[in-house]
Amino acid sequence: MPQILIDGRAIEATDGQTIIEAALANGITIPHFCWHPALSVAGNCRMCLVNVGSHKKDVDGSLMFDEHGVPVVNWIPKLQIACATPVAQGMIVDTTGKRTVDAQEAVMEFLLVNHPLDCPICDEAGQCKLQEYAFRHSKGKSRFQEEKVHKPKRVQLGPEIMFDGERCISCSRCIRFAEEVAEQPVLTFVRRGDKVTIETFPDTTFDSPYSMNVIDICPVGALTSIDFRFKARVWEMSFTDSICPGCARGCNIKIGVMNNEVLRAEPRTNMHVNTYWMCDHGRITTPDVINDSRTDGPMIRRNGVLVPTSWEEALSVAGDALRSSKPHDIAIIGSAFASNEDNYALHVLANHLKVTNVDFIKHNDHTFGDGTLRVNEVAPNAIGAHAVGIAPGNGGLGVDRLAERIKQGSVKVLVVLEDTLDNHSTELAAASASVDTLIVLSSRMSVTAQSATVLLPAASFAETHGTFTNILHRVQHFSPAIVTKENERYMGMQMSRWDKFGAPNDRWSQGVRRDNRAGWRILRDVLNALGSKVSWKAAADVFAELAMHVDGFKHMSYALLDKHQGVALGKGHSPDPAGIVYESHVLKPN
Amino acid sequence: MANVTTNTEAQRMTFWEKIYLPEIARGLGLTLRQMFRPKFTRQYPEERWEPEGSYRGRPVLVQEEDGERCVACGLCSRVCPALAIEVRAGETTAEKERYPEKFEINMLRCIYCGFCEEVCPEEAIVMSKDYELVFGSQEEGILGKEKLLIPVGQLQERLEFLRQWR
Repeated sequence: MPQILIDGRAIEATDGQTIIEAALANGITIPHFCWHPALSVAGNCRMCLVNVGSHKKDVDGSLMFDEHGVPVVNWIPKLQIACATPVAQGMIVDTTGKRTVDAQEAVMEFLLVNHPLDCPICDEAGQCKLQEYAFRHSKGKSRFQEEKVHKPKRVQLGPEIMFDGERCISCSRCIRFAEEVAEQPVLTFVRRGDKVTIETFPDTTFDSPYSMNVIDICPVGALTSIDFRFKARVWEMSFTDSICPGCARGCNIKIGVMNNEVLRAEPRTNMHVNTYWMCDHGRITTPDVINDSRTDGPMIRRNGVLVPTSWEEALSVAGDALRSSKPHDIAIIGSAFASNEDNYALHVLANHLKVTNVDFIKHNDHTFGDGTLRVNEVAPNAIGAHAVGIAPGNGGLGVDRLAERIKQGSVKVLVVLEDTLDNHSTELAAASASVDTLIVLSSRMSVTAQSATVLLPAASFAETHGTFTNILHRVQHFSPAIVTKENERYMGMQMSRWDKFGAPNDRWSQGVRRDNRAGWRILRDVLNALGSKVSWKAAADVFAELAMHVDGFKHMSYALLDKHQGVALGKGHSPDPAGIVYESHVLKPN
Repeated sequence: MANVTTNTEAQRMTFWEKIYLPEIARGLGLTLRQMFRPKFTRQYPEERWEPEGSYRGRPVLVQEEDGERCVACGLCSRVCPALAIEVRAGETTAEKERYPEKFEINMLRCIYCGFCEEVCPEEAIVMSKDYELVFGSQEEGILGKEKLLIPVGQLQERLEFLRQWR
């Protein structure tokens, strides 16, 4: 365990660590471009140059002091790069002294020589590492009078990635990512000196399912998302911590919202789940899942047509149907797409009605998993739905036998939460048309939602607090990112700037506010209509009750989940500590 | 009433001021003198005032021969203290890849502070001399690109002022 001094702070490093790793583990960030904790060390940007030395010692091994009584340090004649210098016992590192600062300023000036400074056009502006360091570690002046080098711009490296050669600072992060993480080594440097640029090898394209992560790790705006290009400036969006609903991995993400519309999803570091990455599928589909084909306002079927109605009427029709049916005439289908809270509320409803026909539909896609992050279980919360008690009760029917029983006419009321019956079988979907009352709680206008008798629009995972339990049995908390009529007041200052300050006569405040309510809240109202006394006021209340009654969730709370970046089922009393969060570059709070 | 010093208007006035009539005559005298001096008012709208280059009127966008200078970076929109500006960017095939697909200034919100002009990295938004702003409805007060774009020739004076003093 070598002990080192960084800027006068004694640090206990581990063997084989480099200076930059030891510093990061102790909350010190040494400026760097090309280094990334998940990638191999390239050492080509020279930004992390630091002054390294050790105490000068006498022949008998004692420290030598100068006339002021300060120990004399033997500095290594040349600066060392912190990313490739292993720590050694007694090492002294200076990251703020004049030599280091001079080197940083020189490197920045050198990197900016051929950088086009087209920040007004560039999508990275506002969350750009080069921009940030230009403020912090550069002189702020250029001595370069000559014409800047021109390189290819707008080169498509893959289906989702646009490359701008002039902005590139040749850090090689993307090349190393393609080789080491995406395992598709198609990117390379071509040409030399100031003409160096990045290309794909002939007849290849960078289309790995993880390709878009290079957009996040690119320290400048050389790699941008074709999907997102110019949609918004980063500072116009609000970013909310959430969980990707794309598969049961539950990658930690941030959701970027402007005008109450989700514009992008990007990964958030969680060393226990997704480390620094997420897959392109999750990144591209997450905004669509929240923005497109949504339910908005409760609906009821009159004369065979779904028509908008009031919440009171929709809830009373649903309540009457459930009250007037015998328990074995009711079937309840939970969801692997809904949160633990919603599923738990449904479980409480089933218990209240003494319904045993409770199950949820499993979603498996054998082509989706790939051994990296993506898993075959394509719904985010199958583990959680099962854990909170969405399973056939004593003598109850599972979802596989439901279709035949509906056909026999022994199911009168079917409650479906947040799922499409076609996902199970067309047989079940067809059979569901013959039940007397089909109550659907759905955030999306799915086929099942369209065939509902009563449609209760549920809030999506991006509109409410909740938790998903991922395939590693890790319970992870997500927060509301977009505004509905229900949570508008709660969201307040968490909204994006335009939503926050818009007045009715502003044209830009036209983001849709949908009339959706959190699933647990709808179910609470149904329960109350049926005479139950549940009085949950917030998702946290549901979770607190869940944590009390369901074994795996014991001792958990949202605060605990946030603190530890999720807690595994059954580990509420001894959660794993959160890993070191390294975010390459993010929008600074304003 | 010990320790109270008074200094009222009545105490300060002289005898002649107190009897009031001479003061009226003096005031009328002043009015009479002004009648024979040059006038400062003007017959608006027949006579118009032409402001200097330093005047901060309605903010406008600079139009070059090949289109607008603006690249829709959104800094004006961000810096605007009254949130009057909305910019939506689009992509072009021109050398400047970005252009404002939509650029709207809500003149009902604008406070003519000139921050948008100061922050603009492209010198694309400047304060014009236009001070005559009348709207029949709230919708009319939101100016789109068609009303904002002004040929660069008409804005020379302001651009020179900015280069000299900014």
